[in-house]
Amino acid sequence: MADPLVIAGATFSSRLIAGTARFPNQQVMLDALEASGAEMVTASIRRISLEGYSGSLIDLLGDKYRILPNTAGCVTARDAILTAELAREALNTNWVKLELIGDRELLYPDVEQLVHAADELVRKGFIVMPYCNEDPVSCQKLADVGCAAVMPLGSLIGSGMGIANPAAIELICSRSPVPVVLDAGIGTASDAAQAMELGCDAVMIDTAIAKSHDPVRMAAGMRAAVEGGRLARLAGRIPKQRFAEPSSPQLGLVGS
Amino acid sequence: MMQLRINGKDTELAAATVAELLAEQGIDPGARFLAVAINGSVVRRAEWQTALLAAGDSIEIVRPFQGG
Repeated sequence: MADPLVIAGATFSSRLIAGTARFPNQQVMLDALEASGAEMVTASIRRISLEGYSGSLIDLLGDKYRILPNTAGCVTARDAILTAELAREALNTNWVKLELIGDRELLYPDVEQLVHAADELVRKGFIVMPYCNEDPVSCQKLADVGCAAVMPLGSLIGSGMGIANPAAIELICSRSPVPVVLDAGIGTASDAAQAMELGCDAVMIDTAIAKSHDPVRMAAGMRAAVEGGRLARLAGRIPKQRFAEPSSPQLGLVGS
Repeated sequence: MMQLRINGKDTELAAATVAELLAEQGIDPGARFLAVAINGSVVRRAEWQTALLAAGDSIEIVRPFQGG
């Protein structure tokens, strides 16, 4: 496999991690996941409805994808840790996308609790991928306690505002000892390409695909953008300059 | 009968074990991808037949859903 993404010893040929929420229906979700090329997809852990429940999301996804359960919505380390433990039992995986929300409106991470919960989950044997602030110090602390990757936000979850602070994301990428997965805020393909160009190892996308007018086509677009951005990053972009430089030869210009 | 809190809802039940509780709630204990916790601790599937419930226990029954 050329240029694989490696997280905690697991290799992926796709650098796009896809969400499974907010799609218009299950068939569109399945088709979009297929088009995205994603090998890892996220799921939430929720109380079952005691009034009867429908078919399982996981049965639908089959064995095709590695499931990355999240702790979305948790506001205390205790609830996030219990959710991770329930996910491990339900899905037979020790991987978790750790989310600890400090503000229900902004869905911004609570870094203090996040580091604490990450530390405890790593000690319990989890492969922890925390959704975190786009802040090099937070990311370093999370790597220090043993997180397998960090998932800094581009901008607010579901906002589609792209990468609000590209310089910070680039700094995190240049210093992180673990893979950096840009999470949250991607609105369209250029945002995903930008994340990869800044040095991110992967991107996590849900709403930008699921809520687009044509999720299957957007998934294909995101896939191409992630691949394009990654190639550009590896190739090394030209430096920016404040003057023009003709690309056609000056010699032999007609009429001079 | 005893008072239990199941997924945040107070319920009167006669079930003595997790397996009986699931059956009483119409949940197939053989269904895949289920997980159960009592008072904040996960009860492994292998223990569902034997794990005893006590009055006042708070029980979470969960499964994976769509997520981002």
